[in-house]
Amino acid sequence: MNRLGLLALQILVGLIGLSIWHVLTVYPVLGSPKQIQFFFSTPGAVLVRTWAELTTPDIWGHLWITLQETVLAFLFGAAGGIAFGFLFARNALLAAVFDPYIKAANALPRVVLAPIFALWFGLGIWSKVALGFTLVFFIVFFNVYQGVREVSPVVLNNARMLGLSERGLLRHVYWPSALTWMFSSLHTAVGFALVGAVVGEYLGSSAGLGYKIHEAESVFDVTGVFAGMLILTVFVIVIDAVVTLIENRLLVWRPQAGGHG
Amino acid sequence: MGEIGRQHGGAQSGTDAVRLEDIALAFSLKGAKRYVAVEHIDLAVRPGEFVAVVGPTGSGKSTILNAAAGLLKPVTGRVSIFGDPLPSLNARAGYLFQADALMPWKTALDNVAVALEPKGVARSEARDRARGWLGRVGLSAFVDRYPHMLSGGQRKRVALAQMLIRDPEILLMDEPFGPLDAQTRQIMGNLLLDLWAANRKAVIFVTHDLEEAIALADRVVVLSAGPAAGIVGDFPVPLARPRDISEIRLEPAFHDLYREIWSCLRVEVSRAYATGPA
Repeated sequence: MNRLGLLALQILVGLIGLSIWHVLTVYPVLGSPKQIQFFFSTPGAVLVRTWAELTTPDIWGHLWITLQETVLAFLFGAAGGIAFGFLFARNALLAAVFDPYIKAANALPRVVLAPIFALWFGLGIWSKVALGFTLVFFIVFFNVYQGVREVSPVVLNNARMLGLSERGLLRHVYWPSALTWMFSSLHTAVGFALVGAVVGEYLGSSAGLGYKIHEAESVFDVTGVFAGMLILTVFVIVIDAVVTLIENRLLVWRPQAGGHG
Repeated sequence: MGEIGRQHGGAQSGTDAVRLEDIALAFSLKGAKRYVAVEHIDLAVRPGEFVAVVGPTGSGKSTILNAAAGLLKPVTGRVSIFGDPLPSLNARAGYLFQADALMPWKTALDNVAVALEPKGVARSEARDRARGWLGRVGLSAFVDRYPHMLSGGQRKRVALAQMLIRDPEILLMDEPFGPLDAQTRQIMGNLLLDLWAANRKAVIFVTHDLEEAIALADRVVVLSAGPAAGIVGDFPVPLARPRDISEIRLEPAFHDLYREIWSCLRVEVSRAYATGPA
């Protein structure tokens, strides 16, 4: 299948979905359109609202807040995960002692911490950063831990035979290996940072995309909720594309899937 | 040779690049009792001498190499390097592994240059020298490639350059050309001999391929089948150098040697197949 044909099919699926939504909500197929629209809005209305939102400066402020929270949560979470991942992977006793606590902390659904964080850090961005942090930290932590532990023994022995010191090994072997593992989970980690931010906003805040959606929902403005979701989706796709760009730059040495080697 | 070592004491053993005296190596396997890989191994390699170690699969060839490298501590016996007991890693040895040991996140150039870092060579100079070594192994056009972009033979060339750039006094090689195809093995063998002839080091070359062993080495040591393998044969290879690996196999002297050593090795190979997993 060539690219153009595939693209045409992909667009077709979207159009069919939108058409069904449109027909069911605009024409009296399932019942009174007025009633149906209260619950499902219409694709036209959502698109018009989304456009209206994007052309007012208000929404960009909310996006900026959410972006800040996401980036901060990711940076702090990744830094903490890397530090503790390295520490625990290189110190078996520490890892063994803390193992049950790490497992317990990871088992806890982090969303329940949102109200506590709101209490501790207020309704500003830091309670959302804290929530995102708890999500990102464990993903990065486990991956870095694994990455350091699962360094190929042959590569490691070879590096040692070349005379590399413990610092040299850290720099040339452990660190790149851990980074590889971390980057393999980068998309997930960034996604969770965003989840932390949006859920945090949704549960209690005065700004951000999550707040925007919550605000629309509280007045039964379904069109506003869908418009917020659409903007959120585009936002996530853009962030994901940026992550892919960074990933491809940093992992040039990695064999492409399906390639030899 | 164990006799000689005992008679002349420490002064004599000082001349050997590698000296293994009555060493035994063992592992504790999970869920099983201790597995003794090799026992009563006496092996001395003089500076500049190329020794090949052959033996059936599972005979502990690699463990002997790892003992000489300091990667594995013998349960009994002594390892001396140029007369000094080996405390931990053997800093005077280079090691060529059977599996890919290059750092996949570094280019060929950086993989070779990093070997000079422990010697305190400046980065730019290290890269220049690495470029020179990659040229010597015929990879001038591939310096910026990552390992996954290179063929198996090319990766071995990089590994060879990585080992040799440090100018180690002892070369330890663990079936380095095992994963390569027959033609590439011969080319790599000739390359190795050329590089070695230019600057003769003590070599322990482990292989399961007797032809390769005879073609390369000054001496072929035969290990018995494991467990608790020992040395059952030690044959000098009086073939003239320089040698061409693909030519030397056709000479009558080569065939005589092959027959002689194979008669010793064959017994062990059939024992290994009878007892061990094939």
